[in-house]
Amino acid sequence: MTGLLSAITFFPLIGVILVLLFAREGKAGDQLARQVSLYVTIVTFGLSLWAWIDFDATKSGFQFVENFAWLGGTIRYHVGVDGISLPFIILTAFLMPLCILASWTSIEMRVKEYMIAFLVLETLMIGVFAALDIVLFYLFFEGGLIPMFLIIGIWGGARRVYASFKFFLYTLLGSVLMLVAVMAMYVTAGTTDIPALMAYHFPKDMQNLLFLAFLASFAVKLPMWPVHTWLPDAHVEAPTAGSVILAGILLKMGGYGFLRFSLPMFPDASLYFAPMMFALSVIAIVYTSLVALMQEDIKKLIAYSSVAHMGFVTMGLFALNRQGVDGAVVQMISHGFVSAALFLCVGVIYDRMHTREIKAYGGLVNRMPLYAAVFMVFTMANVGLPGTSGFVGEFLALVGAFKANTTVALLATTGVILSACYALWLYWRVVFGELEKKTLVNIQDMNLRETVVMVPLVAATLFFGFYPKPIFDMTGAAVVATLENIDGKLKTAEAVAP
Amino acid sequence: MIYQAILLLPLFGAILAGAFGKRLGEHFAEYTATGFLCLSALLSLWVFFGELPYMEQTKLVTLFRFLDSGTLQVDWSIRVDTLTAVMLVVVTGVSSLVHVYSIGYMHDDPQRPRFFAYLSLFTFAMLALVTSDSFVQLFFGWEGVGLASYLLIGFWYKKPSANAAAIKAFVVNRVGDFGFALGIFAVFFVFGSLDFTTVFGAAKGFAGKTFNFAGYDVDILTTICLLLFMGAMGKSAQFLLHTWLPDAMEGPTPVSALIHAATMVTAGVFLVCRCSPLFELAPVALEVVTIVGATTAFFAATVGLFQNDIKRVIAYSTCSQLGYMFFAAGVGAYQAAMFHLFTHAFFKALLFLGAGSVIHAMGGEQDMRKMGGIRKMIPATWALMLVGTLALTGFPFLAGYWSKDAIIESAFAAHTSVGMYAFVMGVVAAGMTSFYSWRLVFMTFEGEFKGDHHTLDHVHDSPPVMLIPLAILAAGAVLAGVIFEPQFIGHEQAEFWGGAIVNLHEHTALEARHHVPAWVIFSPAVVMLLGLIVAYFYYIEHPELPPRMAARKGPLYMFLYNKWYFDELYDFIFVRPAMWLGRFLWKKGDGWFIDGFGPDGVSAGILDWTRQVVRLQSGYVYHYAFAMLIGVAILATWFMAGGGR
Repeated sequence: MTGLLSAITFFPLIGVILVLLFAREGKAGDQLARQVSLYVTIVTFGLSLWAWIDFDATKSGFQFVENFAWLGGTIRYHVGVDGISLPFIILTAFLMPLCILASWTSIEMRVKEYMIAFLVLETLMIGVFAALDIVLFYLFFEGGLIPMFLIIGIWGGARRVYASFKFFLYTLLGSVLMLVAVMAMYVTAGTTDIPALMAYHFPKDMQNLLFLAFLASFAVKLPMWPVHTWLPDAHVEAPTAGSVILAGILLKMGGYGFLRFSLPMFPDASLYFAPMMFALSVIAIVYTSLVALMQEDIKKLIAYSSVAHMGFVTMGLFALNRQGVDGAVVQMISHGFVSAALFLCVGVIYDRMHTREIKAYGGLVNRMPLYAAVFMVFTMANVGLPGTSGFVGEFLALVGAFKANTTVALLATTGVILSACYALWLYWRVVFGELEKKTLVNIQDMNLRETVVMVPLVAATLFFGFYPKPIFDMTGAAVVATLENIDGKLKTAEAVAP
Repeated sequence: MIYQAILLLPLFGAILAGAFGKRLGEHFAEYTATGFLCLSALLSLWVFFGELPYMEQTKLVTLFRFLDSGTLQVDWSIRVDTLTAVMLVVVTGVSSLVHVYSIGYMHDDPQRPRFFAYLSLFTFAMLALVTSDSFVQLFFGWEGVGLASYLLIGFWYKKPSANAAAIKAFVVNRVGDFGFALGIFAVFFVFGSLDFTTVFGAAKGFAGKTFNFAGYDVDILTTICLLLFMGAMGKSAQFLLHTWLPDAMEGPTPVSALIHAATMVTAGVFLVCRCSPLFELAPVALEVVTIVGATTAFFAATVGLFQNDIKRVIAYSTCSQLGYMFFAAGVGAYQAAMFHLFTHAFFKALLFLGAGSVIHAMGGEQDMRKMGGIRKMIPATWALMLVGTLALTGFPFLAGYWSKDAIIESAFAAHTSVGMYAFVMGVVAAGMTSFYSWRLVFMTFEGEFKGDHHTLDHVHDSPPVMLIPLAILAAGAVLAGVIFEPQFIGHEQAEFWGGAIVNLHEHTALEARHHVPAWVIFSPAVVMLLGLIVAYFYYIEHPELPPRMAARKGPLYMFLYNKWYFDELYDFIFVRPAMWLGRFLWKKGDGWFIDGFGPDGVSAGILDWTRQVVRLQSGYVYHYAFAMLIGVAILATWFMAGGGR
């Protein structure tokens, strides 16, 4: 249905308008802002599900396409989705209501502005995945950082200024280089249309430069080692819902970027740089897993484990085969549930105790059995236990990597040992043991609101763990088309070469 | 439908007990989980006795698609052949008895619903493992039982030692799984498929071929088999990856009986037997299996000699017996390995549950040095333990006699150097098995009571709900060998196993064992007697000697008592360096290097600069947001100016 995609993208802005118009100062206004945001995000999620139902998974091209002249004729408002972008839109829309609910009581200051920031953020994030014009993509991509930046900077913790500054510095570097690359592509190819650029074959030397420029941006987002150090700080300072979006969606923009731009537009360069990408992925997996082991702050530990998990994504993508790419996509979606849920789990106890120090906890299971059960599910998903969605992505990414390079797979598989170490050790220190700390004596188990937030995530993690087929069905045709496109270009490049 | 019911009933039991146990009461949880399992066990028996004789080929039930990524297609499915049927009986049989026993053993524990949910969950995962038709489902079950084991070892989560043991079990298993996973990747890489039928069917074509793995040209099947075997070593606690099993005794005793004796730890043996079509074509891998198995059989027996915790003695015994199973498989006598797996399940579960009954009687005491002379107070437990001990040590015509002796003879009959090594190790270990088993019986039941009087007053035999499962297992320990010998390893074995186990024509150890010299046949019995005599001498005749020897702390005693110092060694070469490296990479790598030269360095520079120019150093976030906005605006402007081209 034409217009559905724009409706999904911009529906959250209706919420912004409603909040601006009707939410007055004071408690009642704050409550209204919360409710409006919740309903709006739920409707957006409903619309995204509608798109899923309407989506024809057998076709590989873009669907729900809207294409209008926009800035000066060259840059068009061109949006559409294929099997690679749709799951991310649904994931965004799925996590948003949970974020609003998770912030229900923990955010008391500037509630209206907070809600507006999240609603704007949702529009921009969905826009990133829907955009089919590279300038439009860039606007959404960079624009999305602004609300995120404000969320950390205003509603964040004690060192929020340092964290947001670090975040800013890293992303600034990436944005500038990507901006230059976009301009260069426009000058060379004469178009900013993404489908057209995907079909266009850039000269090899230019591909290398463009690849590196895009890499600067995507690597920071993902984040890849060694440009990952902003992430732990950003997570630590961000409010819970901010972390959820950061880990659940924003990181995926990097992986999505590789898959949408780097691989199909610069296939020769992707092949050329694959060894480097493998090396960085493996370092990310091993290095950050080891670092995660020694963390004393729960959120930092989960942030580092995110970096390690994203290492599997880049590894799978640059395996440049079906299993690798499928694995990367599933891993990103799964990580969207699991890391989001883990940050929500931290949020639950942070709201009660106002500390993220691992040392401050211990023996929570004695007072919070429900919480312990939920946390266990996500710990196991984080470890990649079969039967959870975490396994499917990791497994396929490793299978793909093994086909491409056995050494890489060998080294990356050590990650399965290390992830068990840090995740289970964390769980022990926080949840198991005697409840000795006096401060914890009266801690309460999850309330109804928190349970409602967790249930869909548990369900999704387990459902896709046993039956990931809906994801494969959605993404299959698009992944095949992307890989065929790459293969085709690589073959012509060989034919042209002397 | 029957297969689905066997597989899913325990899962339903687990879900019901776990989700509603708290609300509907402990009895609801106990009876639901136990009832569902007993039903599953009855159906398994029906499959084993009713269907098996008529089963000409493998039965395969496909449930639904699991993975679907290009050529990688994996289904959830149930495969039933003889190998599966044997495992079904072992798993559901022991599990249902352990469920019943636990009703009595755990009756004081307020967390029973959780306990029963975990037990049933374990059984489900184990069944998924043995019914798998693909490496992926096998891996699912493999990790699932690992999870259940982790949860059950750490069941008493307040104890730090239980938590440490649980994590250790999971992590050491993960080390094995590291190899297992790589093996699976290699299988897919080479065969382009992960289901057993396809892979085993194509195996012959790859015999002797090589591929490049991590920079080396290596034999395909040898590499795959060794990687898979690494997983088996972890799960079955073989030498080098054995350290988790003794610590796993932190879990409740029924758990030790079910998971850490009868079923989960035998999964590695099952894996090797299941993959016999691959291992048969990988002679080097088989040699490694034999050496590791034989070494484990010997090593674990030596450590078992001087342990004082009743459960740890049995744990090392399990480890040692698993070694027997592996070297049986290694010399090509998979049938004997499976037979020993089968009989071992009965008498080892019996010994563990018997030990549980002793611990129950002693009010939780596990140190054998504080027991003694309680035979008359708990006669039923004593008698049952005696049956278990006789069966384990290979007393003629009891279960262990048939299976263990067959293994030892097969090792000799293989007529290879590694086979000979396994034979020697096996015989020596058999002697030590006899010693530590009788030592256990004598220290626990004979002599004078050495605990405090308060405990002594409360020593009582266990209720029928605990003793009846023991009696059933004891019946198995007596009869399983004599009844099933013809099918498992005797003249009916070829028809019994069907195509489930593949043997090359030149691998005839199982047949050739009928023609070994008489001294080979008698040697296990001789060392068994020897072990008994030595144990009798030290623990009945001269019970004052062992404590004196222990007090002397001789180097060999300390070496064995401290389990060859493996824990200390691993702590030194793995745990500490990993922690040091983690801290180093964090503080120096991320903190000093990346941040120092990256954002912190840059920001320090910028701040210096801006302080002089404008007062932007307030760090006010809006400024940065504004700067980003400017970047976006520049882009839009550039395109609009240059646009329209």
